[in-house]
Amino acid sequence: MQTFKTAFIEEPLISVEQGIAFVRGDWSVRTLSKRGEVKRRLSLLKEVPKATGWNISEMGLLDSLGGQLLWDNWGGQRPKALVATPAQSDLLSKVESGQSIPALSKPLKDKWAWIVRLGQGAQIGLEHAYALAALLGQLVIDLGSFIKSPRYGPWREISAQIFRTGTQALAITALVGFLIGVVLSYLSGQQLASFGAGHLIVKLLGVSVVRELGPILAAILVAGRSGSAITAQIGVMRVTQELDAMAVMGIEPSQRLILPRVIALALTMPLLILWTDAVALLGGMYAAKFDLGIKPVWFISQLPTAIGFTNYMIGILKGLVFGAWIALAACHFGLRIEPNTESLGKGTTASVVTAITGVILIDALFAIMLDQLGF
Amino acid sequence: MNTTDQPIIDVEDLTTAFGEHVVHEHLDLRVMSGEILALVGGSGSGKTTLLRQILGLNSPKSGSVKLWGRPVQSYVGPERLALTRRWGMLFQSGALFTALSVFDNVALPLREVHHLPSDLVRKVVLMRLKWVGLNEQDAQLMPSDLSGGMVKRVALARALSLDPELLFLDEPTAGLDPQRSDEFVELIKALHQQLKFTVIMVTHDLDTIRDLSTRIAVLAEKHVLVEGSIQNVMTFDHPFIKAFFQGKRGERALGNQPLQAEQYGKS
Repeated sequence: MQTFKTAFIEEPLISVEQGIAFVRGDWSVRTLSKRGEVKRRLSLLKEVPKATGWNISEMGLLDSLGGQLLWDNWGGQRPKALVATPAQSDLLSKVESGQSIPALSKPLKDKWAWIVRLGQGAQIGLEHAYALAALLGQLVIDLGSFIKSPRYGPWREISAQIFRTGTQALAITALVGFLIGVVLSYLSGQQLASFGAGHLIVKLLGVSVVRELGPILAAILVAGRSGSAITAQIGVMRVTQELDAMAVMGIEPSQRLILPRVIALALTMPLLILWTDAVALLGGMYAAKFDLGIKPVWFISQLPTAIGFTNYMIGILKGLVFGAWIALAACHFGLRIEPNTESLGKGTTASVVTAITGVILIDALFAIMLDQLGF
Repeated sequence: MNTTDQPIIDVEDLTTAFGEHVVHEHLDLRVMSGEILALVGGSGSGKTTLLRQILGLNSPKSGSVKLWGRPVQSYVGPERLALTRRWGMLFQSGALFTALSVFDNVALPLREVHHLPSDLVRKVVLMRLKWVGLNEQDAQLMPSDLSGGMVKRVALARALSLDPELLFLDEPTAGLDPQRSDEFVELIKALHQQLKFTVIMVTHDLDTIRDLSTRIAVLAEKHVLVEGSIQNVMTFDHPFIKAFFQGKRGERALGNQPLQAEQYGKS
């Protein structure tokens, strides 16, 4: 008699008696999932001589995981001499019915894969550019039909979007704007004071905030806040087949989803920029009061001449373009989301990154263009 | 295994409410080891919510849900982990992880156990998939590429992947063609015989109820209206039961069953 002692269970898991291997104990996922247990049992099974019969009827619990282990050990077939309970026999036939041809073929590694990836990247970039252009074209068409018959336009959706992207963004833009105003005023105030030119703080703050910082700041906040929301919302509509449902009902997503969002953001963005400008200047004004001793009344009285109408209009114009761009990019990525969660995450990230990069790019274009025009 | 008379699931005086909306009121339900219990009820009668309560996904407003003699909410940390390995759930819409392939979906519970060699995991996953009628090619697909019926089968394979003691099935045969549905019933029956697991299923399919369940519990008016064998339930006088079991559908599915048979307890 040959026995193989085990550490956990008193009676031997496998013992060979008179040419028959008795298998005992639990052979289920709960016992097999202990560390090293599968390895241990495999080595025990290996020690059983080839030509022995098997008796598993005294086994505790047998499930398909344990069944698979035994099955593999038997070389993918039922041993000729096997004693098993009817239930175990049923389970083994279930295991047998579940066997398939081994080894999933792994794809070969390609030496030139990086060139392929580079090309694919360029292709994807071009596809995005093409799709964005198509979206813009569709938007112009939709805008045309909206202007032609404004009565049937998506007014309710536009107003809801204005509330969500505009009204609800007031607090966060104010907070960030105020803090940036304080920081900017404080830092530049110190430099200006060392030249004895503290009074120029009004001109410096006014122009930089209204023309550059206000629009950029508000746009980045809105891209992160509303752009991601738009992408995620349209993406989930794809996942839950709501876009398909709309298509079946004959509702154009471009008309009902994209147009109102672009219009809403193009309207709210300039207003948000005005708001951010005002709060940032307020912050700058208070910082100047404490830092340089400039009276708020004088600060305000100097503002109109310091900023000028042109800079003011440039800020508003930027807002319009930024808003439309953010909404367009967000919708573009939202529509491209595939019905799985990973794509949703990727799409939202891509949307925000593209929107912000685009905003800065457009801002640079504005700077060059306006410089050439002499403003 | 549980050999005592203690129920595996013991729902006592359960009240569930979402805000003002009361779903269950004074609901009692006991499930013994080895049973296949069919939960039947109209749409919105709180069948799925009851399953969620038992799984500990919702918490009761009052009353208790006990699993293996202990409130489900009291399983925390490593105990909760051990508990989750003893059950499997087939969600109504599949709830497959859309970012993972079919193979990885089914392999996930096995990999979460750790200490199982990847070779064994691979074989067991393919076994499960083959049981539900899928092959290696299907294993490489993503959930978004699957048809509704395939999603259901993959979800079943995933629910079975740890050989659970307790199996929850939410509308298991909805969306399957009749042949697949029959195969599914046979599969559960065969596995049930060997693994002696306990099944709670929510279903509207009278064929599945007739062929699979050992006991029926009817959920209506916010509690378990009546429970017992199919004959026992059918003789109960209530508009829902009349409409559900004794309409044309009922006749077709259960036509040869004598209505007056008085048979209590497990069939």
